[in-house]
Amino acid sequence: MGNHIYLYIFVMAGVTYLVRMLPLAIFQKEITSKFVQSFLFYMPYAVLGAMTFPAVFTATASIWSALAGLVVAILLSLREKDLLTVAMAACFTAFLVEWMMRFMQVL
Amino acid sequence: MTVEQKDHIYTFQEGLKDGIPIGLGYLSVSFTFGMMAVAMGLPVWAAVLISMTNLTSAGQFAGLPLIVTGAPYLEMALTQLIINLRYALMSFSLSQKLEQKINRWQRCMIAFGNTDEIFAVATGKNGYVSMAYMLGLITIPYIGWASGTFIGAVASELLPEIVRSALGIAIYGMFLAIIIPPAKHNRAVLKIILLSVAISCIFHYFPVLNQVSSGFVIIICTLLASLLGALCYPIEEAKENG
Repeated sequence: MGNHIYLYIFVMAGVTYLVRMLPLAIFQKEITSKFVQSFLFYMPYAVLGAMTFPAVFTATASIWSALAGLVVAILLSLREKDLLTVAMAACFTAFLVEWMMRFMQVL
Repeated sequence: MTVEQKDHIYTFQEGLKDGIPIGLGYLSVSFTFGMMAVAMGLPVWAAVLISMTNLTSAGQFAGLPLIVTGAPYLEMALTQLIINLRYALMSFSLSQKLEQKINRWQRCMIAFGNTDEIFAVATGKNGYVSMAYMLGLITIPYIGWASGTFIGAVASELLPEIVRSALGIAIYGMFLAIIIPPAKHNRAVLKIILLSVAISCIFHYFPVLNQVSSGFVIIICTLLASLLGALCYPIEEAKENG
C-alpha cells in the first residue's frame, strides 16, 4: 500500500467534500419557488425516516434490545423531550435489556 | 419548524450542547471503523486520517476494501460519489437554513461537517441557524468521530461489547426526537415520514430491491416522499395544519 494510501484517502475525502460543498456554495440566495420550498420542508423528515427504519432494528446486538430502545425513544419523543434525553434513554433501555438477557442465559 | 422564533440567534454553546448526543453516538460507530480498518491491515494513522478528512460512516466503511485490494482510483471516486450523494440533497436543504449573512467561505467550512446527524439537528431548529451555532454543533461530533476511530484502532477491547452495542441506538433515538414532535402537530409531515419509512422498508425486505445500495435507497425514499409532499401538501397548507 505505502504511498498509495495517501492518494486513496485524498480521493475519498475530495469526492465526499465536493458532494457536500457544491450545493452549499452554489445556492446562497433564498429560493422563492413554493414547490422547492415545500420539497425542502419535507426533505429532512423523509431522510431521517428512511435512515431510521428499518436500520434501527439491527442497531444493537439483539432485536429485543433494539425494540425496547425504540419504544422508549418513541414515547419520549411524543412527550417532546430533548435530543440528548431521548438518545440516552434509548441507549440505557437497550443496555438494560441486553444485560437482563445475559443474566437470564446464565441462570 | 420554519415560522416561529425566526429572530432567535443560536449560540456556539447551544451548538456544543446539541452536538453531545451526536458525538456519543459517533464514538461507537467510529470505534467499529477503527477496529475494522486495522483488522483489514491499515495502519492506525491511516484509519484516523480517513476519519478526520472524510467524516462519513458509510463512505469510509465502503472505502476500506477498495484501499486494501488496491482498486482503481476511479472506482473509489464513483463509490464515494454514489454512497455520499445524499449529502448533496442535505447541503441543498441546509443552504436554505443558514443565515443569509454567512458568506461563501463560511459555507464551504460548514459543508465539511454536514453529516446526516448534524444536518438533522440543524434543520430541526426553528428559523435560521448561525455560523457560531454550526461550528459548535460540528465540534463534539468531530472530536468523537476522530477519537473513537483512534481508540478503536489502538485497543479494540477497550469498551465492553455490551456498551458499544447499546450506544448503537443513540443516533436513531435522536432522529426520532427530531421527527416525531413535528409529526405530532402536522398531519402532512406524519404522512411524508410514514411514506418514506414504508419505501425504505420495501427496499430492505423485498428480493431484488434489497440489492440496491443503502445510499441510493435513502435518495429514492427522500426524493419520492418529499416530491409527493410538495405536490399534495404545498407549504402554506402544511403550516396551516401545523
